[in-house]
Amino acid sequence: MSASSFTARRTRQLGLALVILVVVALLPFGVKDVYTLNILILMLMYAALSQSWNILGGYCGQLSLGHALYFGIGAYSSTLLYTKFGILPWFGMALGGVIAAGIAMAIGHACFRLAGHYYVIATIVIAEIGLLLFHNWDWAGAATGIELPFGRDSWVTFQFARNKLPYFYFALGFAAVTWLVTWKIENSKWGYWWRAVKDNPEAAESLGVMVFNSKMMAAAVSAFFTAVGGSFYAQFVAYIDPESVMTFQFSLLMALPAVLGGIGTLWGPALGALILIPMTELTRTFMGGSGKGIDLIVYGCLIMVIALARPDGLVGLFHRRKRSAA
Amino acid sequence: MSAAALLEVRNVWQRFGGLVANSDVSLSVQAGEIVGLIGPNGAGKSTLFNVIAGLRPPTEGSVWFDGQDVTRLSAPERCARGIGRTFQVVKSFDSMSVADNVIVGALVRTSSTKEARRKADEVLEFAGLAHRAEVSAIELTPPEKRRLEVARALATEPKLLLLDEVMTGLTPSEARAGVDLVRAVRAKGVAVLMVEHVMEIVMPLVDRAVVLNLGAVLAQGKPADVVRDERVIGAYLGERHRA
Ligand SMILES: Nc1ncnc2c1ncn2[C@@H]1O[C@H](COP(=O)(O)OP(=O)(O)O)[C@@H](O)[C@H]1O
Ligand SMILES: [Mg+2]
Repeated sequence: MSASSFTARRTRQLGLALVILVVVALLPFGVKDVYTLNILILMLMYAALSQSWNILGGYCGQLSLGHALYFGIGAYSSTLLYTKFGILPWFGMALGGVIAAGIAMAIGHACFRLAGHYYVIATIVIAEIGLLLFHNWDWAGAATGIELPFGRDSWVTFQFARNKLPYFYFALGFAAVTWLVTWKIENSKWGYWWRAVKDNPEAAESLGVMVFNSKMMAAAVSAFFTAVGGSFYAQFVAYIDPESVMTFQFSLLMALPAVLGGIGTLWGPALGALILIPMTELTRTFMGGSGKGIDLIVYGCLIMVIALARPDGLVGLFHRRKRSAA
Repeated sequence: MSAAALLEVRNVWQRFGGLVANSDVSLSVQAGEIVGLIGPNGAGKSTLFNVIAGLRPPTEGSVWFDGQDVTRLSAPERCARGIGRTFQVVKSFDSMSVADNVIVGALVRTSSTKEARRKADEVLEFAGLAHRAEVSAIELTPPEKRRLEVARALATEPKLLLLDEVMTGLTPSEARAGVDLVRAVRAKGVAVLMVEHVMEIVMPLVDRAVVLNLGAVLAQGKPADVVRDERVIGAYLGERHRA
């Protein structure tokens, strides 16, 4: 009985996701102006990135504020391989994902035995070290950064300088894939293990959960998709430097939508990105170049408000409503 | 001590700095047996459970399970070998439903969540929690949480179940239901090592009792003999009656 209602709920969620996918895919037919399309692309990208962050931070409970490192690795991997060796960005994207996963596991190997808050601090520090390294790495453009050569619009080189619409569909696909991966994970051994690790590692161990391996697996999957997002972003903006792909702000922007929408939930990251990204883009527009500091203040306030008023995020509102209706 | 014992604790010492929580403890549990582990607060019972279940290795001594030395194995490995446990202070997965809590346990025997879900339904039925399967674990009453701990451990299909004060704080009728549950567990062929404070509950239930005091084994044997033991009366009952 419970098994069939469980399956029904999962099928409903998949159906809902499909409907949303179709609706969003049709949006560009109504939205023509570049500014709005840009915001939509960023929204989808952050929905995907935050979903990736959510795998480690939300489901497995290992809060990372250093995901900018994996994002940057993805961005540099595809860009360097293409500009230095002419290797297509698709390959750099995959390689960046693998490298980021490897680094996330190395960091995990060193830091997962630390208590929770030490892991958060370690991720911040390591990402800052990464930022510093790229700042001083001449071959990789150092502080000046690298520009992607201006070429023909094509899926082969994943360059669309004139019409950005293809980026929209890639970002949509990216968001859909990360959602689907999470949906699959929710009903897998890893999914159960991750949530058990998050809730109570000691109890998890006593029930046969390989706690350390669980964290490593979550870190690898999370970092892989984050780096894919980094490669995408590099193609999208066609110019990268350490400041534009690896700063702490990115780490925050990946964590925040999940926290706002509902940490460790299937819909939280997308819901959070839907609200947060237009908001940040608007502040940026109105505050001009100096908006950066304001952003951070706004995020900081948001985190506090959420933590106090609604620790389970906005999706909690829907659940609450459903429960009282039932 | 029979060579065929399911669990053998051999000369275990556990020190925390200067404090000796277990000193030279040896005991055994036969397959299918119910053994009571009793003793006043702070006697080292929970510490010994942690040594047996692999949460913390002993300072000295060894733990043998199913004829093999498991002293160096991790907790998950011991769970896979067939040691299930509950915690004195319940540790439910509070963001998960009751059924999901139990599924985590079942997943040690299968990689299929479907199979684990079926197993969890069966165990919840057995533990009398089927009607609470879909609520969040955090909403359970304290006695239900204890039951969940037992159910979760049972879902790992243990050969030995370690119960740490699962009856403490229960009303007499809840405790009677608890006793029935332990009997039903044993009827499935699972051996039980249980820590319990209330003599009136433990003694009629167990085949054998081991008394710990100040970290050391004070006495062990048939419940009837143990309760008549002068040292036990002095150290344990005496203290309790004074309290
Ligand atoms: N992790 C620990 N660190 C230091 N001392 C501990 C630890 N765990 C237990 N103890 C001490 O060991 C003694 C035995 O505790 P415990 O095994 O919990 O007793 P019981 O379960 O019999 O009441 C107590 O004095 C307790 O304070
Ligand atoms: Mg205890």
